[in-house]
Amino acid sequence: MRGEQNNIFAGADRLTIITYVLLVFLGWLNIYAAVYNEEHQNIFDTTQKYGKQLIWIGGATIIAVCILLIDANFYTTFSYGFYGFFLLANVLVLFLGREIKGSKSWFRFGDIGIQPAEFMKFAASLALAKFLSNSTIIVNPNFRLRLKDVIKNYRNTFYALIFIVLPLIIIKFLQNETGLAIVFIAFVIVLYREGLSVNFLIFGILAAILFVVALIVSQITSLIIALAVICAASFLFIPRNKKSLIMVLLVFGGASGVVFGTNYVYNHLEPHQKVRIDVLLGRGTVNLKKEGYNVNQAKIAIGSGGFFGKGYLQGTQTKYDFVPEQDTDFIFCTVGEEWGFVGSTCVLFLELFLILRIIFLAERQRSDFSRIYGYGVAAILFFHVGVNIGMTIGLMPVIGIPLPFFSYGGSSLWAFTILLFIFVKLDANRLLILR
Amino acid sequence: MSSNVQLAERKFIIGGFFCLIILIYIFRLFYIQVIDDQYVLAARNNALRRMTEYPVRGYIFDRTGKLLVQNEPSYDLMIIPKETKGCDTLALCAVLQMTKEEYLRRYKKACQAPNSPRKESVFEKQMSAPTYAALQEKLYRFNGFFVQKRTVRKYPRPIAGHLLGYVGEVTKEKAEKDQYYREGDYIGVTGVEKSYEVELRGKKGVQLAITDVHNKIIGRYMNGKYDTLAIPGKPLYCSIDMVLQEYGEKLMKGKKGAVVAIEPATGEILAIISAPSYDPNLLVGGKERSRNFTKLYYDSLNLPLFNRALTAMYPPGSIFKLIDALIAQNDGLINRTTTFPCAMGYPPMGGKPKCHAHGGGKSLIGSIAVSCNSYYSYVFREIVDQKKYPNFLDGYNHWRETVKTFGPGTRLGTDLPYDKPGNVPSVEYYNKVFGKNGWRSNTIVSLGIGQAELLLVPLQMANVVATIANRGFYYTPHSIKGVGNERALDKRFKEKHYVGVQNQEAYTNVIDGMQGALEPGGTAYTNRLKDIIVCGKTGTAQNPHGKDHAVFLAFAPRDNPKIAIACIVENAGFGNTWSAPVVTLMIEKYLKGKTERPEVEKRMLEANLIDPKIVVKSANR
Repeated sequence: MRGEQNNIFAGADRLTIITYVLLVFLGWLNIYAAVYNEEHQNIFDTTQKYGKQLIWIGGATIIAVCILLIDANFYTTFSYGFYGFFLLANVLVLFLGREIKGSKSWFRFGDIGIQPAEFMKFAASLALAKFLSNSTIIVNPNFRLRLKDVIKNYRNTFYALIFIVLPLIIIKFLQNETGLAIVFIAFVIVLYREGLSVNFLIFGILAAILFVVALIVSQITSLIIALAVICAASFLFIPRNKKSLIMVLLVFGGASGVVFGTNYVYNHLEPHQKVRIDVLLGRGTVNLKKEGYNVNQAKIAIGSGGFFGKGYLQGTQTKYDFVPEQDTDFIFCTVGEEWGFVGSTCVLFLELFLILRIIFLAERQRSDFSRIYGYGVAAILFFHVGVNIGMTIGLMPVIGIPLPFFSYGGSSLWAFTILLFIFVKLDANRLLILR
Repeated sequence: MSSNVQLAERKFIIGGFFCLIILIYIFRLFYIQVIDDQYVLAARNNALRRMTEYPVRGYIFDRTGKLLVQNEPSYDLMIIPKETKGCDTLALCAVLQMTKEEYLRRYKKACQAPNSPRKESVFEKQMSAPTYAALQEKLYRFNGFFVQKRTVRKYPRPIAGHLLGYVGEVTKEKAEKDQYYREGDYIGVTGVEKSYEVELRGKKGVQLAITDVHNKIIGRYMNGKYDTLAIPGKPLYCSIDMVLQEYGEKLMKGKKGAVVAIEPATGEILAIISAPSYDPNLLVGGKERSRNFTKLYYDSLNLPLFNRALTAMYPPGSIFKLIDALIAQNDGLINRTTTFPCAMGYPPMGGKPKCHAHGGGKSLIGSIAVSCNSYYSYVFREIVDQKKYPNFLDGYNHWRETVKTFGPGTRLGTDLPYDKPGNVPSVEYYNKVFGKNGWRSNTIVSLGIGQAELLLVPLQMANVVATIANRGFYYTPHSIKGVGNERALDKRFKEKHYVGVQNQEAYTNVIDGMQGALEPGGTAYTNRLKDIIVCGKTGTAQNPHGKDHAVFLAFAPRDNPKIAIACIVENAGFGNTWSAPVVTLMIEKYLKGKTERPEVEKRMLEANLIDPKIVVKSANR
């Protein structure tokens, strides 16, 4: 018993760790393929990105071990502390950081760059878990429509949202890192698991659909008319009283707001963001040599892989720099081209397996904190996988976020490692927690 | 607690949602990777650069093996705008002797569609040798520029421009239709260059190189597994005799018209001349070619680019009487002794068509020798109104169809592009002109003497005389002996075409008459040759464009004929005066190598019949 307790892997979920190691190893191999250079064939060459990634991986291993060594209570106790620390770091980076590609989000330590926004994810997960484990956001379904009751029922939801929205705002509007900021939306999944009304999600999804439709349909007025007709028609099927009339009018007003808001939002996007949306929705004429270049080249690389792929290091598209950012955000292109449909599917399944495993582990936790944190991890990972791979195969707009454990980059690898291993530690510790 | 259990159920919704999204991605992946193969093609296009190696175009020789067309190396300066960073532009401008503005103009052109900044396009076409030499030395300083070697045509003798045709840049439409060509490639535009384009061009070689996104060459694709070497074009052995062609062109200098000489036993064209002609060297090269072409194209007085030998349709005039004589004999309507009256014209129509003083009604032989118009008006009517056909329209159709077997009214199917069919008017045509039942054989009697709507191109005239020399058949006239060292020749040129007249006695009689034309009393007596029996027929073709066209056709020697030749000189007058000398001089040249009539040769070489002050519309086009 004693010996087992000394082992840092005691109680740690082996499947999770094996999947993690597998993903990191495959990622490293693909980074080597993506930046493959005949002059530097040594995979350990630290002047090259694959050599550097190896150093990052080494660092990640140390971090993982440290996390497992530290007492689990440390994370629960200092949840808000982490949150506050990294929130501060994200603000400080605006003053102390170096500007890269129009956004000030990197701390430079000599040759090494650290992006605090990456670490905000696990900090926010911890803080959210801490908050939600002490307060409920479940709404009494029969509460009366009075300001006092509304506040009482929704106050905690509002606070929870603040934990999410605060870093989002800082990262999006101050650091100008849309991709890193938008990830925080994933926490809605956590809120849903902890009791957020389905109605919110339905309204959110409907609003998103309306947003897309409004972008595709050029005639805004005809869309409004169509909405009015639908609302009028729906009046036939619901009890005609004052309350439902107000409801229908509210829905119509909200929908119209979304439609008009669409135009406003779209017009206030940055040009490259507009273009990415245009490319995805096929709006207007997309020039494949300019704005449509990335996505088209990514699709070409993946599509040309075929069923079994071209073979390791045989991908002409990724090897010869046709795909931009192929070692980071577009790393999946290398997988698609060189490993084909078989390899792509394997990678997708590995990522999915890890996420589902985390959900499974989360559900077996005795403490609410551990469960909520687990869902945060799953949600963050899923969001990254969904958006990253979706954009390379043309199902999502281009948003610059990495593929977890795969993409080149120390910050993201370390941040994902911390995110995951805190959960592994919490899970390993689950039996010691008394309910 | 119950709410907590309910919430725990949400794990299935969340997990299910994750699985659903991943499943959608897998379907999408399956579609773009396995089902849709457009990306495979796009990838290949992306990563491969096709580097073309242009083959040497085939040489062209004459029938005796003398070189007619050869090649000269030519150097195009190519540019890839994206790679010109660091290029010593000033030095380049100095070498090319162009201004900075011109450089920028061309640079911009190379960047715009259909060119691309990442793809190579021609910057300077066909640099001169000194420019190329100077450039080659400094090429390492001109980033983004390289030299593409090609060849251009060179003609050792400035002859046979119409026959040989020229090579020019392929049109956009052609390049789109034909996979072989890319814009900027060269292609045979007219003449044998066009007819034998596929054989002459050879096959382009392709080297596939892998390029990166910057179009920089990184290596060979599959170690050169799919590379091909350029296959040089095959040599072409023309059937023309260079000496005869050149001599004929000299004789036709200062005249408008055409000469076509055929070897009757093979149908090979020995010489084909359209005058005025041009030096084929003018239509070589890039800038100069277009400048010279424009000049030639707009020479409306001489129409030097107009190939009269194939496309000018002339009324044949009296030479057509030969065909009438053959058909009438074949139908048993006349024989060697048949005579018809002549009263300085055709009596039934009050002396029209007119005739000339030749002393009394002639027999068949004499009628050919003196070319009696009245005789052949009668002969034409005999054929059209013969008893066999109660309706004269059937008689006319019989005449027309038999004439067409000799070639007139149909395209001969020669290997040279753009020959015209000429015209033998149809019954429908006359019904339209005169009204149904509004015409009789007499109405169109001038067809019998080769006038009215009858039109032949010079090639057809030569084919008629070759047919007579062969006594009843011809080979489709063609301009080559063969392609490549194996002398490959399309089998359609080895096929005998029998005409509608196979009565050998009829040919003997007609040939006797043609021989008589160059004997005392004959129309071409003054052009007789001392020791070669020439059988000829003069023609003086009335035409709506001015003075009569001088026509003469002949073959020689009478037995075992070696050459059949037809000549027409536009608006020159009597056939004997202007065409017969050309024909007989060329016969002498071909058969003996030189003329024994230097005074005739001198007169013909010096004669200039083109009056620059008078613009006469040339023949029907």
